[in-house]
Amino acid sequence: MRIWRHRLFWPSAALVVLVAVNAIARPQFLRITLQDGELYGALIDILRNSAPLMLVALGMTIVIATRGIDLSVGAVMAVSGAVALTIIDGSGDPGATGTVLVAVVVALLVSLVLGAWNGFLVSALGIQPIVATLVLMLAGRGVALLITGGFITTVNSAPLAYIASGYLTVLPFAFIISVVVITALGLVERRTALGVLTEAVGINPEASRLAGVRSRGIIWGAYMVSGVLAGLAGIIYASNIKAADANAAGFLIELYAILAVVLGGTSLAGGKFSIAGTVIGVLIIQTLDSTILFLGVPSAQSPVFFAFVVVAVVIAQSPRTRNALRALGGARRPRAAASVQDRPKVEVAS
Amino acid sequence: MDGARPLLELTGATVRFGADAALDDVSFRMFPGEVHSLMGENGAGKSTLIKAVTGALALDEGTLTLDGDEVRFPTPHDAQRAGISTVYQEIELLPNLSVAENILLGREPRAHGVVSQRRMRDQARGILADLGLDIDPASILGTHSVAVQQLVAIARAISTDVRVLVLDEPTSSLDLDEVGELFRIIRELKARGVAILFVSHFLDQVYEICDRVTVLRDGRLVGEYLTRELLRIDLVHKMLGHDVSDYKARQREPVTQPDAPVFLSARGVTARGIGAADLDLGEAEIVGIAGLLGSGRTELARALTGAAHLDAGIIRIEGRAAHLDSPRRAISLGVVYSSENRRAEGILAELSVLENITLALQAHRGIFRRIRPARQRELAQSWVEALGIRPPDLDRPAGTLSGGNQQKVLLARLLALAPRVLVLDEPTRGIDVGAKVDIQNLVGELADNGLSVMFISAELEEVLRVGDRVAILRDGRIVETLRSGDMTVDSLLALVAQPDEQEG
Ligand SMILES: Nc1ncnc2c1ncn2[C@@H]1O[C@H](COP(=O)(O)OP(=O)(O)OP(=O)(O)O)[C@@H](O)[C@H]1O
Ligand SMILES: [Mg+2]
Repeated sequence: MRIWRHRLFWPSAALVVLVAVNAIARPQFLRITLQDGELYGALIDILRNSAPLMLVALGMTIVIATRGIDLSVGAVMAVSGAVALTIIDGSGDPGATGTVLVAVVVALLVSLVLGAWNGFLVSALGIQPIVATLVLMLAGRGVALLITGGFITTVNSAPLAYIASGYLTVLPFAFIISVVVITALGLVERRTALGVLTEAVGINPEASRLAGVRSRGIIWGAYMVSGVLAGLAGIIYASNIKAADANAAGFLIELYAILAVVLGGTSLAGGKFSIAGTVIGVLIIQTLDSTILFLGVPSAQSPVFFAFVVVAVVIAQSPRTRNALRALGGARRPRAAASVQDRPKVEVAS
Repeated sequence: MDGARPLLELTGATVRFGADAALDDVSFRMFPGEVHSLMGENGAGKSTLIKAVTGALALDEGTLTLDGDEVRFPTPHDAQRAGISTVYQEIELLPNLSVAENILLGREPRAHGVVSQRRMRDQARGILADLGLDIDPASILGTHSVAVQQLVAIARAISTDVRVLVLDEPTSSLDLDEVGELFRIIRELKARGVAILFVSHFLDQVYEICDRVTVLRDGRLVGEYLTRELLRIDLVHKMLGHDVSDYKARQREPVTQPDAPVFLSARGVTARGIGAADLDLGEAEIVGIAGLLGSGRTELARALTGAAHLDAGIIRIEGRAAHLDSPRRAISLGVVYSSENRRAEGILAELSVLENITLALQAHRGIFRRIRPARQRELAQSWVEALGIRPPDLDRPAGTLSGGNQQKVLLARLLALAPRVLVLDEPTRGIDVGAKVDIQNLVGELADNGLSVMFISAELEEVLRVGDRVAILRDGRIVETLRSGDMTVDSLLALVAQPDEQEG
């Protein structure tokens, strides 16, 4: 198989090109420095800042693999952040690690419940995923506002701030969270049968059911994973701005997550999925974001840049483009000299 | 007919998938007013040739002429416009639209610019009546059996102005009656000068309706013959490349001891489409199910295997009441079901042959007890060999196998579960003559090893040959269960088709 036929070839190429363009435009882009045993640089920033989108997109990948979609991730982020910060704010000692730990655990549990709710609507009641998760997408931010009492809750808590901006040894803690989640999902996919069973359900739920696959449980589980990961993303977001902003948290993130999944080569039609593809997709988006920022593109026009790059990658990935490329490659090869090979004698009726 | 110019002619056609050629320098022609059959084993390239002729696949090499003019069809739609109407092997209809919409899609009758639902239904009803079919044109296509869907696809194909009609295994799930109706229509079209391409693995049908056959083997042309000049045995030899005498349906000992222990017994089983069915499956016994289209064959199979909800009745396994409320539960009790609808309910096209074969076993073991990759490979490999799945490539997406080979992959998936009861709904549909006998033999061997088998087929001859007993279904009821040794195809047909007046 030629390398450019590999499903991760185009996304990886896009990422490499993007990094190269940046490196040429601003040489300091590639520079990574070590200060006080911690790494700094534009690349490190990208890795750190990509954490929330990374988590959300990974959950989205699994949901999409089951033929679903989760539009509620942004709202779940808002709720999770609101829950965590309200707990910390209300406690007597916001700076205590214990307080923050409790807040994080409760927020994640709430996110799990929200994910389970989505999964219930989709797998038990058979509601179309887009509709089912729309419910929470619309209602979630309202719930978050209720929790924060309609305000933007701000807190000053060192352990909370550490989640988004702290370092564990030489690397940003947020990035380490990403790595742990990616590794965990990768391991589960490789070491258990969940990967292939999820793909089976996504490709053909009825055929899978007849083959004895627990379709309902798998779909339900996918939404729960998506919920928890969105919750974790919400905590990182809140930690970054040290506040719970029910309106801004995870705003439009569902669309960027879907974009990352698609850029990574996973089809929205469900079935075959690629964790590695999504990771690359997220890095493309985040690098693009950093590029736009660097170029000083007015924020009103930045979506145009985004659109341009996305269209280019998506076109490169489309099967039709690939076939056209294949045809081009084929035309340059000399015609196979097959016709002179000995063949079985051909008889023809008179 | 000789000296006549071919209406359609394909010369030097080659179609490649990656490195290997599914069709290799094949020439093929069709004459007006003639029925031409394309014959070959599973995977010989019949469907590929058809797709190349009808614009569903692009030719890598070769030319196609229609009426002497070279043509190229970038899409099936272009072929349709040129008068080539096609029913593909895997039915390509829209299951969530109505029957009428499916038949008339793209050429809906309009009144004042808007689609007239009433005229559409009337028109569809007329077309269906032509085929001797009485189904509600307003009903949703997906709710019908595969056979009806196949008939609807045929209805759609013949309802246009057709010059070339292409039918890829149109009769694979039809009963004798429907086949008769279809043949009547084919003869009518033939008399009007339509050129017809007919693919079937039933030699009887080929010899009944076709004037000319073209034989393919491994994607290459073996030759073109006039049917009346070609003996069956020679035809089979040309298709397989060796004599069929290697294949002989093994005669099962007709003795089923009357005291053979019953493994699965159903009493008063009632579900959608099936009423108060009583059936016993003995250990080491094959029970054939015979019935007409719509008699409830599939519904019975689904009711017994947890695939459909039971409204009433009880199923006992080894004497103990079993609550078969899902296929998963049924599988855990050793009861497995293979659907007649390979595409919608069987094969997972994007997954590999290996993943398809190991899927059910893996699902049964559970998510966390993954079968080791080496073991998976070994297992899949052994089934690929046992069933002669071709090409024997475990990593190829199952959807790229030919129809018959996909069917074998499905069988392998179930057999890998080492089941106790095997419920097979049309397991030999679309399977070539050689492989069909293989599968029938395999079913016999499995039964010899103690399995209980329920074998459904629209082909009565096969039901009789394979089954030790045959249960006869009429209108959702099992009206009789007889020893197959006591029946002939004709007597079985009479029982199956008997009008249902004084029942109960
Ligand atoms: N999309 C595809 N990609 C790769 N290989 C393919 C594809 N479609 C068909 N093939 C291969 O081409 C060969 C011919 O397949 P084809 O479907 O034409 O067989 P067939 O004669 O119609 O068989 P059957 O009687 O089982 O329907 C097979 O070996 C098949 O695996
Ligand atoms: Mg075929």
